[in-house]
Amino acid sequence: MVYSKQKEMSSRDQIFSAIRKNKPAAVPGVTTDLSVVIGYPDLLSQFSTVLTAIGGSCREVASAEEAKQFIASLDKGTFVIDTTAGHPSGLAHLSPAALASVDTAIIRGGVAVAENGSIWVTENEMVNRLLPFIAQQLILIINEKDLVPTMHQAYERISINETGFGVFIAGPSKTADIEQSLVIGAHGPCGMVAVIVRES
Amino acid sequence: MKDHATLAEAFIQDEARTNWHDETLWFVRQKRDKAAHGLPEWEQLREWASQIKNHTLSHMDSYLEEFERKALANGVQVHWASDAAEHNRIIHDIIKKKGITRIVKSKSMLTEECHLNHYLEEQGVEVVDTDLGERIVQFRHEPPSHIVLPAIHLKKQDVSDTFHEYLHTEKGNNDPTYLTRAARVHLREKFIASELAITGVNFAVAETGGFVVCTNEGNADMGTHAANVHIACMGFEKLIPKASHLSVFLRLLARSATGQPVTTYSSHFHKPKPGQEMHIVIVDNGRSNILGKADFRNALKCIRCAACFNTCPVYRRSGGFSYHTAVAGPIGSILNPNFDPKKYADLPFASSLCGSCSNVCPVKIDIHDQLWKWRQELTKAGHVPLMKKIMMKGMAFVLGRPALYRFSGASARWVLRYMPFMVKFKINPWYKQREMPAPPKQSFREWYIQNKKK
Repeated sequence: MVYSKQKEMSSRDQIFSAIRKNKPAAVPGVTTDLSVVIGYPDLLSQFSTVLTAIGGSCREVASAEEAKQFIASLDKGTFVIDTTAGHPSGLAHLSPAALASVDTAIIRGGVAVAENGSIWVTENEMVNRLLPFIAQQLILIINEKDLVPTMHQAYERISINETGFGVFIAGPSKTADIEQSLVIGAHGPCGMVAVIVRES
Repeated sequence: MKDHATLAEAFIQDEARTNWHDETLWFVRQKRDKAAHGLPEWEQLREWASQIKNHTLSHMDSYLEEFERKALANGVQVHWASDAAEHNRIIHDIIKKKGITRIVKSKSMLTEECHLNHYLEEQGVEVVDTDLGERIVQFRHEPPSHIVLPAIHLKKQDVSDTFHEYLHTEKGNNDPTYLTRAARVHLREKFIASELAITGVNFAVAETGGFVVCTNEGNADMGTHAANVHIACMGFEKLIPKASHLSVFLRLLARSATGQPVTTYSSHFHKPKPGQEMHIVIVDNGRSNILGKADFRNALKCIRCAACFNTCPVYRRSGGFSYHTAVAGPIGSILNPNFDPKKYADLPFASSLCGSCSNVCPVKIDIHDQLWKWRQELTKAGHVPLMKKIMMKGMAFVLGRPALYRFSGASARWVLRYMPFMVKFKINPWYKQREMPAPPKQSFREWYIQNKKK
């Protein structure tokens, strides 16, 4: 053990000394001028168009109440976990085998990106990291005021290390590994719905 | 060891399949174009990405120190590997110490570079690749033929046959949805049972000590969040200084790779979940050496999008296996000679030097310039076949003497016209799969002299 630790130390030192010896002369950092970056006249319609094109779907509602009614009207199967309605006890420690039978997960999303249809979801909101990936169907609830044009504004709004894990989710899981034919539902959700609440 | 030309000759035996391969990758290239043209700032994004990477390479030591410090503070264990063997040993030690037997792995070109699966197999440890394309080629005991589309060399009937054999799917059912669903059932069982998940790293962020993994299938997340141990493997060049830089790279990566606006999942890992162990293995394996070569260090900016593969007229028509290496295509042709100039001396010649690779590269690597520079390096080092060297010398001799050049041109036209059998024979590599051109009546020079007075 001690031997392997020493060995690792020496590899680390070796790598650093080679890098210090070989690295090129200092090149200055970059400032990104966001005035050249694309904007969209209607963020909601851009977001909705992109999300639909990548296999997700989108529903705007006027209020949190209407969001509830809309979600209630969806076919969600029998095993539903809704982390927006207070954290179900024990969810954080639910085993992968138990989570594998979740039909629908309902989770609150944060910032949403118009250019690519993605939504930021943190560990706080998903409670169990596996939940948004293992559920057969994923519903994310977001606020219209959290829509931003591009990833640049998205990263200005979030702290990526606010929680131990966070993810941008853009649509359902998918693959085209068999002869480039697109199949929705690779390992994760076969369907993904974004519910966008207009009032906050 | 067979060279690129010999291996490509085997690939192009099946003309219909070669054409399919060529057209399919060209279609992916066109999707990339559409995505790129949708952003007026595309060229600016490429410039930013290139500058961020140049800056990072020139401060690599201090950013790596910062990354290590922050990652350790996040509760992540950081390991350093000088070479592939050490990388593999570190991972095997973790497996051995914990007595782990059920291992899933998402796509990581670094682990392909290090031949991790093969090494672990020799130690009696089985690893299940979970990217669909990688699982297909793993069943077939083949390496991936493309870094983003691992099974692009296969047709759906090949996948159907493989799945029939290993997953007992219906014989002759070639429906991609049916086959994908079968893999879904098979792999979800593997995820749920997994004790250890191995992933690659797309980007590591110095200021937060975290890293980002991008997938469409969700396989990296299914594995890492189910297992109690997560090992992420990265070449040190994956590092970028700040979280805000992720915006530049995530906007470029999927658009360049497949024409998607972004991958389905861009997962940001910082701390292990409660009760989980998280390890990062940072690998050199020749990279620090490349960093010291002014002509070639640019290749370390690569984000592995494979845009250069999809656009390359040689890759599209020769397939990934012709490059006899984990990272094929134009970028592989400039990276691999750094690791073993003799073994990979053929690769910089597997190019028409058309420059399309450099034009689509999202981080502005001067790929075709490097291909050309490598040809000179390798020739100087004596790694180029003698015949090629003699031909090139002969060519230079003729091209440097205008009178001789004019005489040679005239002779060639005369031979093509009156003695075609002199060039239409098997040993002439230009006659393979090609008709020789009809000889023009006169040279351009003759035409010019005749016409300039008119």
